Amino acid sequence: MSTKEMFLTKLKRVIRTGFFNFWRNGTVSLASVLVMMVTLSVIGLISFSGAILDTSLVELKNKIDINVTFVPGAAEADILNIKQRLESLPEVFLVTYATREETLAAFKERHANDPSILAALDELGENPLGAVLNIKARDPSQYASVAEFLESGNTLSSGGITIIDRINYFQNKTAIDKLSALINAADRLGFALTVFLAVISMIIAFNTIRLTIYIAKDEISVMRLVGASTAYIQGPFVVVGVIYGVVAGVLTLLLFLPITYWLSKVTENFLIGFNIFSYYLHNFLEIAFTIILSGVLIGALSSILAIRKYLKV
Amino acid sequence: MLKYLDMIFFDRVSKVYPDESVALENVTFSIEPKEFVSIVGPSGAGKTTLLKLFLAEEKPSTGAVFYEESDVHALGKKEMNEFRRKVGMVFQDFRLLPNKTVYENIAFTMEAAGRSDEEIEQDVPHVLDLVDLSNKVWNFPRELSGGEAQRVAIARALVNEPDVIIADEPTGNLDPVNTYDVVQILKKINDLGTTVILTTHNKGIIDSLGKRVIAMDRGRVIRDDRSGKYFA
Repeated sequence: MSTKEMFLTKLKRVIRTGFFNFWRNGTVSLASVLVMMVTLSVIGLISFSGAILDTSLVELKNKIDINVTFVPGAAEADILNIKQRLESLPEVFLVTYATREETLAAFKERHANDPSILAALDELGENPLGAVLNIKARDPSQYASVAEFLESGNTLSSGGITIIDRINYFQNKTAIDKLSALINAADRLGFALTVFLAVISMIIAFNTIRLTIYIAKDEISVMRLVGASTAYIQGPFVVVGVIYGVVAGVLTLLLFLPITYWLSKVTENFLIGFNIFSYYLHNFLEIAFTIILSGVLIGALSSILAIRKYLKV
Repeated sequence: MLKYLDMIFFDRVSKVYPDESVALENVTFSIEPKEFVSIVGPSGAGKTTLLKLFLAEEKPSTGAVFYEESDVHALGKKEMNEFRRKVGMVFQDFRLLPNKTVYENIAFTMEAAGRSDEEIEQDVPHVLDLVDLSNKVWNFPRELSGGEAQRVAIARALVNEPDVIIADEPTGNLDPVNTYDVVQILKKINDLGTTVILTTHNKGIIDSLGKRVIAMDRGRVIRDDRSGKYFA
């Protein structure tokens, strides 16, 4: 036989032996696959938690807007004039105008369960609220310049006096910055935690595979004594490690289907617009690749490292 | 010194373990091709250490072990594997691969030696026929009796047509009938031209063989008889 033929024959034998060993050591294989599934689930968790935190950060940033409240006496023409000039700014995405009456209606609705406030409003007799312009920027970072535009006296009425009562951007800004920082910190902490868990479970998976090889150590010495080469002894163990990884990976991916489906209701309530199930389906190929590749690498590397010890004879 | 006629040559070999216990002391002997040599002696006499040194499972403290002119402890990895394939081993505890069938146990040895699938398909049934186990081809070792397991081990040792068969207490776990069978098979192998080295403390086997006996005690060769009995 030529060298190439011999190599192919040996490869075929190694793979076949690996499959036989996986199947015949049923209990040990089952245990290893289950342990490996825990590891791969943790690795999958990294992907999901990253996505959840990213989405919530984006979601929060979308909540940022500027409310410009006008003095009650401001003329509608002046307000619409400001609205038009705001709309001409490249940073501005959308400006909505709420008249004094609409603002009042919204206020009443918001405090529908608070009779004392409604009573106080009635006592006043007239509408104390001013009209409101709600501004949304194309990008959260652009609010600062929009706010500056409003501050800088571009918005004086035709009579030269300011008609703006207050701009709530500056009040919201600190709260939003704090929340972003909090989410970023949670993101980092979550990532560190999942990496920590992943490392621990990898060590457990490694030890499990090492145990399966420890069980076979007498077998390995017999193989040595009948003159089998290192690669020929090691090969089937590596194949078994790879099978553990692939089987555990596929089972983990299947297990994620019902879990994410069940969790999707929770996440959709909690994070508006984020459905973990559809995230999983949309990014399935990427997640599947990561998980199965991790499984294969952990399985193969654990086998190679663990068996070295018993190959010295 | 080394005589070129010899196949195996132990040259003043001593083995002292780290705890200062002396397993072998200044052992010198040679074995010629096609010889049948029995090594006898009580437990702890150094028989197993001798075989381990020959297979390079352990290194001698002083002295050297030669196989066909080469020092077995100076062999590279590849030469070591080739050397081990020329030696068939039979152990008291059989040492079959538990997760492989009878067929696969024997085929594994051939695969390790790089033999083709055709050769394996042809030789395995043949060698199983030789040890009278054609009906147990697909059984696992746990499904065999002691005598059957030992015959599989012998078939495994034989299948690569080794130059030497080493049988370390092969009958230690067997009843008299199986012992007789195993010894007859070893004798047949030797008649066909393979060197056989047998360790045992079964007096009956040695007396019935009428072949060379090396007697050991406390790590030393105390007697080397060309056609010996257990006690001269």
